[in-house]
Amino acid sequence: MTTSVLVILAIVMFALVIFQLAKTTEFVAILRGEDKTRLESDRINSRLMVVFLVAGMAALFWSVAYFKKHMILESASVHGEWIDSMFNVTLLFTGVAFVLTQIALFYFAWRYKHTKDRKALYYPENNKLEMWWTIIPAMVLTTLVVIGLYRWFQITGPEPKDSNVVEITGKQFSWMLRYPGKDGKLGENRFEYITEGNGVGIDFNDPRSRDDFMPSEMHLVVNRPVLLRIKARDVIHDVGIPHFRVKMDAVPGITTRFWFIPTITTEEMRKKTGNPDFTYEIACDQLCGTGHFGMKGTIVVESQEEYDKWTSTQKSFYESGIQGTAEEKKFAEISMQLKNAEAAKANTTHE
Amino acid sequence: MSDPVINPPLNPVYTGDTTHRQDSTGEIHDHGHHEHHKDNFITKYIFSQDHKMIAKQFLITGMFWALVGGMLSVIFRVQLGFPNQAFPILETIFGKWAPGGIISPDFYYMLITMHGTILVFFVLTAGLSGTFANLLIPLQIGARDMASPFLNMLSYWFFFMASVVMLASFFLPQGASDVGWTAYPPLSAVHEASPGSGAGMDFWLIGMALFIFSSLLGGLNYITTVLNLRTKGMSMSKMPLTIWALLITAVLGLLSFPVLLGAAILLIFDRTIGTSFYLDNIFINGHALPNDGGNAILYQHLFWFLGHPEVYIVILPAFGLVSEVLATNARKPIFGYRAMILSLLAIAIIAFVVWAHHMFVTGLNPFVASVFVFLTLLVAVPSAIKVFNWIATVWQGNIKFAPAMLFAIGFVSMFISGGLTGIFLGNSALDIELHDTYFVVAHFHIVMGISAFFGMFAGVYHWFPKMYGRLMNNTLGYIHFWVTMVGAYMIFWPMHYMGLAGVPRRYYSFDAFQSFNMFGGLNEFITMAAMLVFFAQLLFLINFFYSIFYGRKLTNENPWQSNTLEWTTPIKTGHGNWPGDLPTVYRWPYDYSKNGDEYIPQTTPLREGETGGH
Ligand code: HEM
Ligand SMILES: [Cu+2]
Ligand SMILES: [Cu+2]
Repeated sequence: MTTSVLVILAIVMFALVIFQLAKTTEFVAILRGEDKTRLESDRINSRLMVVFLVAGMAALFWSVAYFKKHMILESASVHGEWIDSMFNVTLLFTGVAFVLTQIALFYFAWRYKHTKDRKALYYPENNKLEMWWTIIPAMVLTTLVVIGLYRWFQITGPEPKDSNVVEITGKQFSWMLRYPGKDGKLGENRFEYITEGNGVGIDFNDPRSRDDFMPSEMHLVVNRPVLLRIKARDVIHDVGIPHFRVKMDAVPGITTRFWFIPTITTEEMRKKTGNPDFTYEIACDQLCGTGHFGMKGTIVVESQEEYDKWTSTQKSFYESGIQGTAEEKKFAEISMQLKNAEAAKANTTHE
Repeated sequence: MSDPVINPPLNPVYTGDTTHRQDSTGEIHDHGHHEHHKDNFITKYIFSQDHKMIAKQFLITGMFWALVGGMLSVIFRVQLGFPNQAFPILETIFGKWAPGGIISPDFYYMLITMHGTILVFFVLTAGLSGTFANLLIPLQIGARDMASPFLNMLSYWFFFMASVVMLASFFLPQGASDVGWTAYPPLSAVHEASPGSGAGMDFWLIGMALFIFSSLLGGLNYITTVLNLRTKGMSMSKMPLTIWALLITAVLGLLSFPVLLGAAILLIFDRTIGTSFYLDNIFINGHALPNDGGNAILYQHLFWFLGHPEVYIVILPAFGLVSEVLATNARKPIFGYRAMILSLLAIAIIAFVVWAHHMFVTGLNPFVASVFVFLTLLVAVPSAIKVFNWIATVWQGNIKFAPAMLFAIGFVSMFISGGLTGIFLGNSALDIELHDTYFVVAHFHIVMGISAFFGMFAGVYHWFPKMYGRLMNNTLGYIHFWVTMVGAYMIFWPMHYMGLAGVPRRYYSFDAFQSFNMFGGLNEFITMAAMLVFFAQLLFLINFFYSIFYGRKLTNENPWQSNTLEWTTPIKTGHGNWPGDLPTVYRWPYDYSKNGDEYIPQTTPLREGETGGH
């Protein structure tokens, strides 16, 4: 507490000292003659422009090298590679533009600083020049758009026929997963069926739903396409899986989708990164409340055999969590109510 | 440049301290609101209708908000830079919001939400446009005041009321809004979704509605004034780029803010009277809500239909100020005046058809998204033209490094850095990786936050003598610039690296994720840099307020030897601006270093054989 106050006092004192010094320079300037002072400050500032340019560029390249290992996230999906290569192409073009324009700006600022006998050039326009620097960016951007959209339509296109399906539902502040059981098909779910016990509102009247299971961790088969059916039940969330370059909002009332092909198993990734605890993580990427930052899910990528072994140990959600509990009664009640409501509706429309 | 001269409908003659206006036929009319000689304290400083005073009111209120908004960011940066470290002083000041000296998540989200809202709307929209549109439009087009000084005054007071409401929301028991400056429903619609989604959100919505009224009243006035009150000879093609930029900004605001108002009203309905515009299938806190059939994404379309033009509402005035400052201090005409205007127009038009680039991963139809990709990258072309033209303006100049000039050069550098990252984000496939990561945070802080601030600083340093008849201290200005320039890059540049690693924005802590927790040292560095930059702004504030009262007095009415009309008014500019007749304009504002004259004011008649443009 006292240290904080002291620190703040020190800062204020420091500001006042700087202020006093700056005021003094003003008086000195008057004594020495304004013009002379002006010329000198022009000289200093113009030099600082070049210093800034050189030091800034050096810091940039140094920091990229320094953070490279953290910043380049190994992409572990097929389309992730496409995105990474797009990134590199974009970086190439924008990098060249960045370096050239920054150099020009700061170099000119230094080169054409005010001196006693310099005359500025009256040069209001040059149509030809302006045409070129319209056409060249336009061509570069067209290239980027073409590459980008080609990949975009591939990524957002229909999933391959042999895709596995996983349903992922966001709620404050966790993810709920649902897998189709042995029949390979997800049963219906319906908002009205949602209770504390039946978190995603599975319709147990649908026979396909009886073997669905709801594990706490996502398992995926390496090199096998998987389709995520994405839902939310309270506010908007977002399924973000950085290593797979996956990101898609989860919106209440709407089911969104994203399919991808994981290419590296968790085991392989542990070896690659030298981190024995490496885990693929799902992060929520859309602000969903004050617990947003803790909304984590985890993923295991494994071979088909390992995956099959895992699924065979999973108990159906119905059998393990619903059957014979009060939840089942509750479900039956809701289901009856819905049926009555629908019947009533059908009647009124008949008359 | 051969546009016909549009004659102003009024050609007022200012006759000392009388209260008369004269129309073009020479008749004298009484105008009650020109009773400036009876000014008392209240009409002069509080309910003033003088555009110059209103400009100062906007500026100083904006500075107050910048201080508050900046302070909020320093506080939440403490949490990001030094997570889990206790600072007892925080508990002393904030009590239950920082138990044990550690900022709570509720407080953190409140801070970032209000930081965004305050800086985007209250500082960079009201503070920036409000100040310079009010100050410069009448002065640079040669008018006595705004078309409607009364509406103008109302515009400020609506802004003031909006400010009071926003400020009050901090003191609610549950705190201010904490759902992000974009306020997406259902989070912002359902009271129980978040502590700040209750009364805090009500205050936020009311505050924003008042703010929108303010900005509409202001905008209408700016447009009318520019179109109708230009002095003799001031054709559209002789207007300084500041005026062009402010005019286009006002049009953007007028067309887009009503849509935000609509979005806000629907949100208010959903919150209060049980409608379901944005709500469907919501199960929260163990019970289902009755709302049915709405669409949460609808809000995002409406919000970004304003939100994207809004970012240009923020940056266009800065474009104008910077163009003016660069030309004046490089002692050179702005390069490609016509291209500068056309690119402003192009940017403004395209700004209305790119909004969905904020929504690529909302489940938007991929084909629709692809159209927005194309249009988004299209906007980079006029942006590039502007950058090249600014650089060409500096080339072969005779550059005087006034503090305003430093900030103008810094602006161009920042705008390049931040604009280029937009090209990554605008490409939907790449945006899958980058959306809602720190890469976006880096992008918009550099291209909008810092750039617009630099434009504003350039404006304040440049026009301070016009506003207060005194000079600011140059040395402090230099220190202010260099610390801010270096510091701002130190804060925001490394955020690109975090974004590439996938680190999400709006995270209170990264402890839970092994993918994101390796940037501890960098976060600490960024926090220190943020404190340094905040400190440099204190120097600016000291300089500003000290100079208002004790700065060196201006001895020359045109301290920067500039061509534009505001510098033809007396140092102590009264209500009505020009003591005698309004000035007549003969040439464009950028005759610098022409035919051996370092500068030729717009009021200098053409010489024989000279053309009015260039
Ligand atoms: C060169 C042209 C630009 C392009 C192509 C561009 C593109 C984009 C895109 C695609 C996004 C969305 C990123 C995401 O959320 O995933 C974005 C965000 C943003 N941009 Fe730009 N941008 C450009 C220039 C600007 C300018 C000039 C400004 C402001 C002056 C600006 C301000 C913003 C802001 C405030 C956001 C983030 C809003 C939020 O999510 O909180 N951008 N930009
Ligand atoms: Cu979240
Ligand atoms: Cu945008």
